[in-house]
Amino acid sequence: MPTKFEVNGKAVEVNVEARMTLADCLRHVLRLTGTHVGCEHGVCGACTVLVDGEAVRSCLMLAVQAEGSKVTTVEGLSNDADLTPLQKSFRKHHGLQCGFCTPGIITTAHALLTEEPDCDADRVREVLSGNLCRCTGYIGIVEAVLDARAAYKKGAP
Amino acid sequence: MKLPPFEYACPATLTEAVALLAAHDDAKAIAGGQSLMPMLAFRIARPSLLVDLRKLSDLKGIQISSDGVRLGALTRWRDIEDDKRLAAAHPLLKAAIAHVAHYQIRNRGTVGGSLAHADPAAEMPGIAVTCDAEIAVMGKSGTRSIKAADFFLGALTTALAADEIITEVRLPVWPKGRRFAFQEFARRRGDFAMAGIALFYDTDKAGKATNAHIGVIGVGDRPQRLVAAEAALNGKTADEAIAIKVGEAAATAVEPQDDIHASADYRRALTGTLTERALLQAAK
Repeated sequence: MPTKFEVNGKAVEVNVEARMTLADCLRHVLRLTGTHVGCEHGVCGACTVLVDGEAVRSCLMLAVQAEGSKVTTVEGLSNDADLTPLQKSFRKHHGLQCGFCTPGIITTAHALLTEEPDCDADRVREVLSGNLCRCTGYIGIVEAVLDARAAYKKGAP
Repeated sequence: MKLPPFEYACPATLTEAVALLAAHDDAKAIAGGQSLMPMLAFRIARPSLLVDLRKLSDLKGIQISSDGVRLGALTRWRDIEDDKRLAAAHPLLKAAIAHVAHYQIRNRGTVGGSLAHADPAAEMPGIAVTCDAEIAVMGKSGTRSIKAADFFLGALTTALAADEIITEVRLPVWPKGRRFAFQEFARRRGDFAMAGIALFYDTDKAGKATNAHIGVIGVGDRPQRLVAAEAALNGKTADEAIAIKVGEAAATAVEPQDDIHASADYRRALTGTLTERALLQAAK
């Protein structure tokens, strides 16, 4: 089915089977392999992307359902020049190890910090409970998200 | 590809959506898809046609009036969390929905989807049954309203006909001062409950409980009211001794199942403990 949407600011048009998930469409059709696919049934959170600014699991959504939406993947949250404040914070706090879950955690954290730049550690933990990490043990991840809050506050550079 | 093959339609009106469901064998409606997509991924569901409801704006919105709270079927968990009015208009709903799934899923999962999916451990069906909700549906032959108590027939089984779509759920008005609590236990917050209790009661002039409603989820094949536990509470002043008795009555009333998450005995004990805690929390 022909489907038009926007990915990371660029208009795209794909022709996909109705049964193709948004995650598979991003990876296999659009070759945006930053979005990782773990469990493929909505448990691990690795495939989280932003649809119209909201964090959603791209394995629990059909590509055809993205028609008319603005999708942002982890690729859309970086720039080629240098590290973003969120990326810097993850590096500083060792918020990643193997990196498999990281795209889902970065996109989730970005959505959270954009909407709630004053969130506390409990809120960060609650939100990240939907993202499974099997290496680092979350402490560094939570610290990285908390430390990045300043960059999301109003008037931050 | 992970999902089984199916046709897809995205109708612009409810009438069109119902006609599509009626015209195809094994067609299925999809709203947020947060239960249906995993079912497709496991190929437990293999519909011939998916009818996407996302364009049906009639099914959106939360209405609060002197009749109670009406949740459009496409109301997302996120919308309930964000609606400040619900803290007064239906605090039990708000408390229960805080336990539904995780952040990303709450951005897509819907009230209608949860009711239609009818997972025995899901919070929304539990609230509907506990609060005597009415579930409004539309099919080829018109609209009807189904009492929540008659809607859930078993695990993943409802009174919904193949051509019917849930349009809204109506929760009766919530009086000021009503006592309530929602308690659930899961290994990780947001995961499916091993057991959960939704409870409310009103009080008479002497402070004794009346109109007790106690519902259980995650135990048995559907959400249900615990009539014996309600009877143990009505006419009493909720204190620690009564909480223990009501908890015992709740534990005796359920018929739990063994499964990979917990044994039947464990679930029975959990039902008693959660009822006791819920009542003490409500009475505070």
